[in-house]
Amino acid sequence: MSSSQSGYVRSTMAEALPPPRSTTGVGAWMRANLFSTPVNSVLTIAGAALVIWLAVPLWNFLVADAVWSDPEGIRGEACRFDGVGACWIFIQARIKFFIYGFYPNAELWRVNLMFAIGVVLLIPLLTPKAPFVRTAAVLFFIVYPFVAYFLMAGGDLLGLGVVELRRVPTAEWGGLTLTLIISLIGIIVSMPVGILLALGRRSELPIVKTFCIAFIELWRAVPLITVLFMASVMFPLFTPQGADPDVLLRAIIGICLFESAYMAEVVRGGLQAMPRGQYEASQALGLSKVKTLGLVILPQALKHVIPGIVNTFIALFKDTSLVSIIGIFDLLNTVRAAGSDMAWRSPTHAVTGYIFAGFVFWIFCFAMSRYSIFMENRLHTGHKR
Amino acid sequence: MAAPTDNRPTSSAGSNIDSSLFYNPTARGIFYQGLLVALVALAAWWLQSNVSTNLAAQNKTLGLDFLSQTAGFNISFGLLEFARTSTYLDVYLIGILNTLLVAVVGIVLATLLGFIVGIARLSSNFLIRKLAMVYVEIIRNVPLLLQLLFWYFLALNAVPGIRESIEGPFGIVLNQRGLYLPALETDQRILFAIAALVVAIFLAVIWRRWRIKSMEEAGRRKPVLLPMLAIMIVPVVAVALIVQLPVAFSVPELTGFNYTGGVVVPPELTALVVGLVVYTSSFIAEIVRAGIQAVNYGQVEAAAALGLRDNDRLRLVVIPQALRIIVPPLTSQYLNLTKNSSLGAAIGFPELVNVFMGTALNQSGRAVEIVILTMAVYLTFSMVTSLFMNWYNSRVAMVER
Repeated sequence: MSSSQSGYVRSTMAEALPPPRSTTGVGAWMRANLFSTPVNSVLTIAGAALVIWLAVPLWNFLVADAVWSDPEGIRGEACRFDGVGACWIFIQARIKFFIYGFYPNAELWRVNLMFAIGVVLLIPLLTPKAPFVRTAAVLFFIVYPFVAYFLMAGGDLLGLGVVELRRVPTAEWGGLTLTLIISLIGIIVSMPVGILLALGRRSELPIVKTFCIAFIELWRAVPLITVLFMASVMFPLFTPQGADPDVLLRAIIGICLFESAYMAEVVRGGLQAMPRGQYEASQALGLSKVKTLGLVILPQALKHVIPGIVNTFIALFKDTSLVSIIGIFDLLNTVRAAGSDMAWRSPTHAVTGYIFAGFVFWIFCFAMSRYSIFMENRLHTGHKR
Repeated sequence: MAAPTDNRPTSSAGSNIDSSLFYNPTARGIFYQGLLVALVALAAWWLQSNVSTNLAAQNKTLGLDFLSQTAGFNISFGLLEFARTSTYLDVYLIGILNTLLVAVVGIVLATLLGFIVGIARLSSNFLIRKLAMVYVEIIRNVPLLLQLLFWYFLALNAVPGIRESIEGPFGIVLNQRGLYLPALETDQRILFAIAALVVAIFLAVIWRRWRIKSMEEAGRRKPVLLPMLAIMIVPVVAVALIVQLPVAFSVPELTGFNYTGGVVVPPELTALVVGLVVYTSSFIAEIVRAGIQAVNYGQVEAAAALGLRDNDRLRLVVIPQALRIIVPPLTSQYLNLTKNSSLGAAIGFPELVNVFMGTALNQSGRAVEIVILTMAVYLTFSMVTSLFMNWYNSRVAMVER
């Protein structure tokens, strides 16, 4: 029984406390993520200052002070004034050169058709659970290279005289097209060769093993540029007299040798991660060594190293830019050549070209890395703990 | 091929039809390897005969005698004396030294920047974390060659001319002619000081070991770092005073139309180092982030439960475990940086590939020898690195039950 007289029992309601600070909303988010401690506050302010210090000049250069149109058709002169920003009309005017190189104008439909076929075949390959994956894979990896070569190089199809396209020498190939062609050939060749080398490196046969190790370590130790130099100065010595291999072909062979070695190391990582039980289980089922590898080991091992494989592809795609050093007109070299064009003498057109090329490379590489993360998440759902 | 050792009994060979010679794994192995050796030998013979016919057609022979011939061209930047009368061997050495210079400077700076960005990627601060992420994602996905051309373009065009040079602290000056750094001017007596420093570092390391051992025995903490610094610095200063070492700094100054004094770093080298550092740091950042994230958080909690201080928790528990994961890929990035320094050829920095595989090869026409000599340098770098890696891996390998 309570007594209203006793001094220690309060007779009035206590004052309501203020509500706790909200844990949702912009203010709370900023307190938690930007200003949680004094050090963090200082860092946030410094970071914001850095962003402003970088973003304002960048915005001015890329957008506000940039030259977007050239109605009078005066080309370089339109970008020749004090404080000029990016010279976008340079890109607009030379975009065809950046994409197709010196490919003859009348034959550009062939390049476009090649791209179109490639995209149509790639879509089912890259989409999970798409139909016709097997058909598309066979077409893309085995039939498509020949079709693409015929479309690019021209000539007489199968020597029948039925379909004949104008011949276009490889010296006229160029731009983004060439960058994509070199990367694609590099990918298609380095993958199987890399797998074979990786298997050879883990072989029990001492000579096979030594040979594979020597091959892999040699190419991994030297920079790609020395390989390309070697391809351009030494391959003519290696081939029989009179047979002068195409410059582009030499570069592609160099790149394939180089990237196969890197691919082999990635695949080896996957093979090493395979538990011994997988081999024993397939042996218990009576599978031959070839079947063990093809049906049990490789499918799992390759799945494990998808991120590594895609990283190698990204590196290969970026590395193709080095062929410009031995005088092949890939995307980077077309941009560089156009940048030294006298008709376009302005303070900023060359750097605008570099920014454009950088953006194109970035789009491809970033897309590849995001795709690999997506695939990784999709394939790993079963193993996550 | 990759299967573990085959345990089928081979002793019963001949007793049943399945272990005939055709199905005998040993016989098959010998056959395949013989085939491989034959193929490789055939290819080598074919290549060799092609090379010798081609060389004979060009009236050339193979040999290293050209190394002692006069090169007859000039090299714009080098750590050794070089003149038009120098030999191809000098070109080779200058190229190697320039490559090593870029590699050493690049590795130090890229490690610093990479660790900063990598730790920033794990920051609790949203803005810092995202900034680091944007940096890494942009830099990693653009070819290095393109970035080098970009930096070289900036070093030549965006940097002010001589009259408007940017003057930094300590007399550092930046303009279109290059980056001017203050230089230490002294004489041969500096060798005494260097010798003293080497001995002092050796002593300091020994002292540190002894100190830590005695600390562990006594169970009480005593200062380590400051006394170590004292052991390193005091003898050097003492030696310098005894031999009366002259020490002066030559600071670049504007006299007339140019800066004199100090050391000039040419724009090619600045662009190459900046490009390599920025590019490699983005990869190092990812390695550092992954390494730190890989240390189980339970380790930190366990260390806290044992009563270790904040610093000690990092120094004794987290960092050693993270380093075990970080160091192998980090060394391979160092090797990559060294190899990538060959891209200096594209912006005209006289490193090995540029002066030896480029100019010297064009002048002498000795393609085979020069390609092999150049590749041998990079192979050596790579072997030294992998020797270090083997040593390191065996040192830090996890001791498991």
